[in-house]
Amino acid sequence: MTSSPAPAARLARPLIELREVEKYYGDYYALRKITTDIREGEFFSLLGPSGCGKTTLLRCIAGFEEISGGHLSIDGKDMEDVPANKRPTNMVFQSYAIFPHLTVEENVGFGLRRDPSSKEDKARRVAEALEMVGLKGFGKRAAHALSGGQRQRVALARALILKPRVLLLDEPLSALDKKMREQMQSELRKLQRQVGITFILVTHDQEEALIMSDRIAVMFEGEIAQLDSPERLYRRPISRKVAEFIGIMNFLPARVLSTGPQIALDVAGLGQIAIDAEQCPGTPRTGDASVGFRPETMTVLYEGDPEPSRGKVAQGTVEEVVYFGDMSYYEVRLEGVEKPVQISMRNVVGRPVLLRGSRTRIAWEAGALVLFCEPKA
Amino acid sequence: MRGRGFQIYAICYLIFLYAPIALLPIFAFNNSTVISFPLSGFTTQWFSQLWTDTSLLLAVKHSLIVAVSVSILATCFGVFAARATTRYAFPMKQGLMGMIMLPLVLPDIIIAVSLLVVLMQMGASLSILTVILGHTLIATPFTIAILNSAFQSLDKSLEEAAIDLGETPASTFRLIILPLVMPGIISSLLIAFSISLDEYIIAAFLSGTEATLPVYIFAQFRFPNKVPVIMALGTILVCLSITLLTIAEYFRRRGIAKAGGKDTGGFL
Amino acid sequence: MKRRSFLRSEAGHGLLMLSPTALYATIVMAAPLVAVFVFSFMTPGYLKVVWTFTLNNYAKVFSSPIYTALLGRSLLTSGVVTAVTVLTAFPIAYFISFYVSPARKSLWLFLITIPFWTSYLIRVFLWKVILGYNGVINSAFLGLGIIHEPMTFLLYNMNSVVITLAHSYAPFAILPIFVALEKIDRSLLEAGQDLGESRFMTFIRVTLPLAMSGVVASVLIVFIPTAGDYVTPTLVGGANGQMIANVIQLQYFKLGDYPMGSAVSITAMAVVTAVALIFVFLNRRFLRGPK
Repeated sequence: MTSSPAPAARLARPLIELREVEKYYGDYYALRKITTDIREGEFFSLLGPSGCGKTTLLRCIAGFEEISGGHLSIDGKDMEDVPANKRPTNMVFQSYAIFPHLTVEENVGFGLRRDPSSKEDKARRVAEALEMVGLKGFGKRAAHALSGGQRQRVALARALILKPRVLLLDEPLSALDKKMREQMQSELRKLQRQVGITFILVTHDQEEALIMSDRIAVMFEGEIAQLDSPERLYRRPISRKVAEFIGIMNFLPARVLSTGPQIALDVAGLGQIAIDAEQCPGTPRTGDASVGFRPETMTVLYEGDPEPSRGKVAQGTVEEVVYFGDMSYYEVRLEGVEKPVQISMRNVVGRPVLLRGSRTRIAWEAGALVLFCEPKA
Repeated sequence: MRGRGFQIYAICYLIFLYAPIALLPIFAFNNSTVISFPLSGFTTQWFSQLWTDTSLLLAVKHSLIVAVSVSILATCFGVFAARATTRYAFPMKQGLMGMIMLPLVLPDIIIAVSLLVVLMQMGASLSILTVILGHTLIATPFTIAILNSAFQSLDKSLEEAAIDLGETPASTFRLIILPLVMPGIISSLLIAFSISLDEYIIAAFLSGTEATLPVYIFAQFRFPNKVPVIMALGTILVCLSITLLTIAEYFRRRGIAKAGGKDTGGFL
Repeated sequence: MKRRSFLRSEAGHGLLMLSPTALYATIVMAAPLVAVFVFSFMTPGYLKVVWTFTLNNYAKVFSSPIYTALLGRSLLTSGVVTAVTVLTAFPIAYFISFYVSPARKSLWLFLITIPFWTSYLIRVFLWKVILGYNGVINSAFLGLGIIHEPMTFLLYNMNSVVITLAHSYAPFAILPIFVALEKIDRSLLEAGQDLGESRFMTFIRVTLPLAMSGVVASVLIVFIPTAGDYVTPTLVGGANGQMIANVIQLQYFKLGDYPMGSAVSITAMAVVTAVALIFVFLNRRFLRGPK
């Protein structure tokens, strides 16, 4: 699911440094003291629901919004008093912002107007940029005659031709249909690796963020809730809120009995167990807590299946079956638990889809559990 | 067919709207000083009389100077106001815009007399300059209405994209905004020109001895034998207005199409 | 933490951008209106103002039968013109909005606006020619033998003023109603019929209430300027068709009595505004709701 990380040397140096960056409009805080580094050459995503401040943060980096407090520097240079047109950033807008009165060529070459190089040189660079985004031969077309996917490519070429230190992408795929979107996701990822420029992507689509990014910052209400690699984010979400925003997670009520390198727990439906401290990304505390697991980490055992060598088995009743073709989702009520949990199973030959109401055994592993010690909402 | 009744009504209504204008050319070419049926023969003498009337030619000259000045001034004011309202949020916006748009509903005579008394008190002398003042005031709300729709169909991210690609706010205005709203500006110039060319009340109060075309025409109404000449003049004016309006409408539509917007109707 | 000066803020930019136009309207319209208001309390002197406060001008306005009669007639004429114009305009707006194909709507609107932009004076004068004693209608009807004597009730009275003004303000009445009708979600009408109402009752219970904001706008945009119209009554009104604007013109131009003219103007504006506000108040329930 994740790509191989970029070379360590390039990742080491922070390209963008955010120090207690704030943005408020009157009493409304869009960004609250954001402190983080974005590294050279990485594909960085800002993920969150609408209104979480992700677009505001992107626009602050671009220079379209002035930050109300804190410091923002790019490439070691403080960006206060540096207007958007002087920053080493370029943006791909959500609406693409293709100039409708210009041709594709004129759009792509727009930012080269002040460039001192020769006409021929500029024309060559425009042609190269168009070829890079797969629009070779489209230069003379009128911009308003393009399809959504083509506009997106023009917007990319137009921004990348200026060789910015950072490319900012504001929900660039949200206007495309599903098929086009999937195609562009992999193309964007390849393009980023090819040009080696830092990409910052704003998206509300968790799947898109997981597929494309080296690192993801999950934002809620103007704050970064968690900044991690896609895999860490999925496997070890720091809070229930992050866990619920990224994929599906089941929660079971639990009680923490003791903390330390091993944490002893009493989990409803699973009984008394011990987990590694690493499985609690937040701060462990004794007392009431909850334990989460992803639907694919539990396995439905069929008649005659042997008990798993590692892990344990719980008993349950199938309450609902949702058939997805390659997958089936089961809502299973575990014994001793009030709320049914979701379990996903790959459908394979010889394994019939379970019926509603059937009793079943569920195999689970302690290593797949995540512990959340936050106070109950 | 559904709506047949409405269609007949609409056609009758159009006849009512166009009947007076349709009479203009009929009597402009009729060889009689009396405006009545039956017609008495074809003539172009009323048109040729127009060219010999020096006070008419002077009035035309005054009107043209006023109308050109007004169209430029009102369009400039319109660009400022339309840009401000469509792009920025600021305190007192509603109130200020209400005041600027007020001449749309304020009777012209009120504008005319209030300007007149103030000018008289200041000891200013009346001339086409004072007419320009008044006409710019009443034409501005119309230019704002036209330019608003032009500026509204501009996507804000187009400007941001240009800034992002290294342009300054000034060069962005020149390279992006101006080309995209140019059709709106042309149609605003033409509309302001037509309004000024046609306005009588303010011109009557503020022109002093420098009569504009409508002031001249109004004065001619007292002489019954001048009526056919006025008909000839009217024919020319109507043709001119229709031409200007058609051009204005063409540019307005092209402007909307160019900015990728959807046409939502007429001038107002 | 940094603070920007007001002029560099978003709001400052907006105000600065609007300031030339706002300043112009203030100097050329608002200030003179205030001056007229002040003048109306001053003592008249020929072609100038004597700076002593008096309420005499207003006393004269309200005690003299000429002013009150003219004001009353202006309101009545405007009222009739507004009613006629808006009632005849509504079906046109409805037709264009509901029966004309979207591609041809612009053409219809254009056709309706053209006469409005062609020489106002000449249009008014043409009505005089059409309606006159020796005019087009009379001469045509006489020639056809329909009548034997010219009709005299056509010109120089309120009828001719109403016809002429209704003609002049037609587009003003049609466009706001059209805009309001265009905004109505067509599925609301289908819902109305789906819930068992006839087409007519759907119109009464759904379309009309939703279109009322446009009707109110067109009433105001016709009523206010026609109340102050001056050219039409002068040309086609005759002695009995004169309106308040004629007396304002008389006071300023012929008599040179600025304070008196100002008092009449202010009174007329106040009365017209009051009538307009009462009308808006009566229709307030249609004007609420999301903009």
